[in-house]
Amino acid sequence: MTSLTPIAHDLWTNEDPPRLIGGRRHADGEIVFPYPGGDAAANYEAIGLSRTGTLWSWTIQTFRPKSPPYDGPEVFEPFALGYVELPGEVIVETRLTQATGLKIGMPVELVIVPFDATRSTYAFKPVEN
Amino acid sequence: MSDVCIVGIGIHPFGRTEGRSGRDQGVFAVRQALADAGIEWADVQIGYGGSAAAGAADIMVNELGLTGVPIVNVSNGCATGGSALGSAYSAIASGEYDIGMAVGFDKHPRGAFNADPASYGLPEWYGETGLMITTQFFATKIQRYMALHGISPITLGRVAEKAFENGTNCEHAWRRSPVDLETIMAAPMINDPLNKYMFCSPAEGAVALILASEKKARELGKTPIRLKTSTMRTRPPGSFEVFAPSINVERGLSPTQLASKAAFERAGVGPEDIDVAQLQDTESGAEIMHMAENGFCKDGEQEAWLAEGRTRVNGQFPINTDGGCLACGEPIGASGLRQVYENVVQLLGRGGARQVPGNPKTAYTHVYGAPGVSAVTIMER
Repeated sequence: MTSLTPIAHDLWTNEDPPRLIGGRRHADGEIVFPYPGGDAAANYEAIGLSRTGTLWSWTIQTFRPKSPPYDGPEVFEPFALGYVELPGEVIVETRLTQATGLKIGMPVELVIVPFDATRSTYAFKPVEN
Repeated sequence: MSDVCIVGIGIHPFGRTEGRSGRDQGVFAVRQALADAGIEWADVQIGYGGSAAAGAADIMVNELGLTGVPIVNVSNGCATGGSALGSAYSAIASGEYDIGMAVGFDKHPRGAFNADPASYGLPEWYGETGLMITTQFFATKIQRYMALHGISPITLGRVAEKAFENGTNCEHAWRRSPVDLETIMAAPMINDPLNKYMFCSPAEGAVALILASEKKARELGKTPIRLKTSTMRTRPPGSFEVFAPSINVERGLSPTQLASKAAFERAGVGPEDIDVAQLQDTESGAEIMHMAENGFCKDGEQEAWLAEGRTRVNGQFPINTDGGCLACGEPIGASGLRQVYENVVQLLGRGGARQVPGNPKTAYTHVYGAPGVSAVTIMER
């Protein structure tokens, strides 16, 4: 998996294990994800977000999204996605590594997964108890 | 401030009309609205309108007549129709104009909307990885709502069943045959917990409304349908919206809650005074959540309301009497004005097989869209 290129720069840190990179607004401390681009970046400090959180909501993407903007493999495999609450920080939208047994409130952790033959993206994975 | 009345309504049937552009459907609706009002195009003093994907409204003067009338093109996403109506309302209320028009029309390709990340200020990877899809937002929002407030999947099915039943009785609806609950519940999932009968589809259609001052409405000999308010709001802090890569852990109100509260205050009425409502139902869950966000019930009460049939045409509180977006489809620019059209039909008693019994006097519309806007109208006969 190390041979895969991240889908975007500065989405997660180079640490092992990695963390998503969010932005903390100087004015009021509100945390957003991803770290904002453009002129808005000046208002935010880049921070590494918690690697673990709880599942806030979820759904299954059963149809291939339209291209553009979707840029995944031509052969479409349904995938799970949702929102994960990183306690005290922010609720982030993410792919999920499995489509069964999902339950709001379950503990999850960040993993980097293949997106297509050459690129990787981030996802959250249920934590085994 | 003058009272503002709706004196004419026109609609081009929703659905798919091969060979007719979205704008031509708009012209069709305007002509019908003019005839309904009993006026000529030359009588219209100001117009507002637009579409999301079918061009500008001002070009319609080519077909309608070169009277010199000012037309303001409105391009405000899902709130395009609501914004056009709000502007026309203000123009009449100010006293500067006596007769105005609001028109919305659209024509979308088949399938889910494909959004451009950059135009929403979002990074490319968000679209590339398949996270920028409107249906996912509605699915994750209702998924959590169901878990928190005890709404079961069959309640989602009941919303769809009602929509198709109402659409069957509505000339301008796209889906005009009933679908039984068992068939709905057995349909393939699109975005869990919502299946293919629980989502509306992008479509085509157009609606035009003629507005007039109360004095002018009386001169025209029309039953005045008073537009008490047309109110729009964008999102407050901590809301959960379409196309949100992240949301605040401190949860806040929704734009619908803001717009609804403001509209009730301006109109001087409350949810208990409303006889019929058209609420944004781009999918079954949206109608359920919008019932509570607009103040018509408490979170979780929808489960019993739907089971008891309270929101059917002959129920205590009819919602989406023309089948809503589920039966009519969603031409973005026209959708919000369709709700107003349907309310005028109901208040004038023109609903035929879908007429709300008991002579409804007060009606409510609500539209919601990306990236967090909501528009509400309240009207009275």
